[in-house]
Amino acid sequence: MLRVDVTKKLGEFSIEATFESEGRVTGLFGASGAGKTSLVNMIAGLLRPDRGTIAIDGELLDDTEKGIHVPTWRRRIGYVFQDARLFPHLDVRQNLDYGRRMNALADDPDQRKRVTDLLDIGQLLDRRPGKLSGGERQRVALGRALLAKPRLLLLDEPLGALDEGRRAEILPYLVRLRDEARIPMVYVSHDAAEMRQLATQIVLLQRGRVSSFGGVKVLSPS
Amino acid sequence: MFDITPTEWTAILLSIRVATVATLVATPLGIALAFLLARRDFWGKSLVDALVHLPLVLPPVVTGYLLLLAFGRRGPIGAFLADHLGIVFAFRWTGAALSCGVMSFPLLVRPIRLSIEAVDRKLEQAAETLGAAPWRVFFNVTLPLALPGVLAGMVLGFAKAIGEFGATITFVSNIPGETQTISSAIYSLIQTPDGDAAALRLVVVSAIIAIAALIGAEMFARRATQRLHGN
Repeated sequence: MLRVDVTKKLGEFSIEATFESEGRVTGLFGASGAGKTSLVNMIAGLLRPDRGTIAIDGELLDDTEKGIHVPTWRRRIGYVFQDARLFPHLDVRQNLDYGRRMNALADDPDQRKRVTDLLDIGQLLDRRPGKLSGGERQRVALGRALLAKPRLLLLDEPLGALDEGRRAEILPYLVRLRDEARIPMVYVSHDAAEMRQLATQIVLLQRGRVSSFGGVKVLSPS
Repeated sequence: MFDITPTEWTAILLSIRVATVATLVATPLGIALAFLLARRDFWGKSLVDALVHLPLVLPPVVTGYLLLLAFGRRGPIGAFLADHLGIVFAFRWTGAALSCGVMSFPLLVRPIRLSIEAVDRKLEQAAETLGAAPWRVFFNVTLPLALPGVLAGMVLGFAKAIGEFGATITFVSNIPGETQTISSAIYSLIQTPDGDAAALRLVVVSAIIAIAALIGAEMFARRATQRLHGN
């Protein structure tokens, strides 16, 4: 379970968001500039809230009153960025293995096979990110995050940088991911159609505030 | 004309040794400092930046004299090192390496700093989200991606070190076999009658070393850049 109750001032803009989510996929929905990425960065620990708390499964990751701020690298929260951010100097295999190495996890060939099969990236293992298409890159980024065995996976507009055709290529993988990998996800998007397909719960964000929260019906035009 | 005498060989090999040691010792320090200057804000940062660049703008003879005052046998640092660690710089080749290292330091740091500044911080964040502690982010992501700049800095530093003259001769004098580098040997030869041919030979040798270093650096940098941007 993810619990977020934070405020953060970013120049003229401010975020005041409170929500609790039990869903498999929490959709963070809102127009660009609504503060979705900042909120996700706070969950990841990349951004520090001015005030408030963030907790997963009862464990406090941030609590400004108690002076708690668990650094990003100790959070075990996976993050798939809009711009893949694969390490350009490592091949796909090394990129995929990075999180396992950093967390000193035992080698798990079964899981590796499951993830590479799920994402269809087995044939890319020896390539460098520079030689991949946008869609392939995003799939590898997804695999890289999963193989670090996170307890929560953040996806910040993972389809945002892709054209229509590529989106259609990736979306089924995300659906499979939701149904097969047992990792709760926070999915950020401004695309209502994507949200309907993926999210089990929606947090609607408007100008830094949570304007509604609930099932997918929150998205229906009113 | 191209019979290099043993004395000249001594000067050539000494120069290479001095410049190599200076570069190898200065590089880790330079990387650490470049990282601080590129990525951290701290009190006195502009002062540190100015100090690093000082050898570039001070007359070399001034830098050499300051080194002599500080690291000479009776200098505060020199006396301490000699008494407690047995390290002596004054009139030794190690002193030549020290002065070459100091003089080349600004040239070494600058490209490294620029290349660290150019590393995409988003990649470092990605590494953090995958569980990499800050020092591992540095060694796994920042440093490999800044490698072309590190190599460029090392080569520039080496080239500067091998040609350094003013500070070195002021600090450790011009003792054949101990502190007489190519530059000071050329200087001595020009002062002696009939030294022209020998001086010219050393001029050619130093030109060859400099050009070889530049070509080597170019090759390294190209290979490193290729490595970074896919096979």
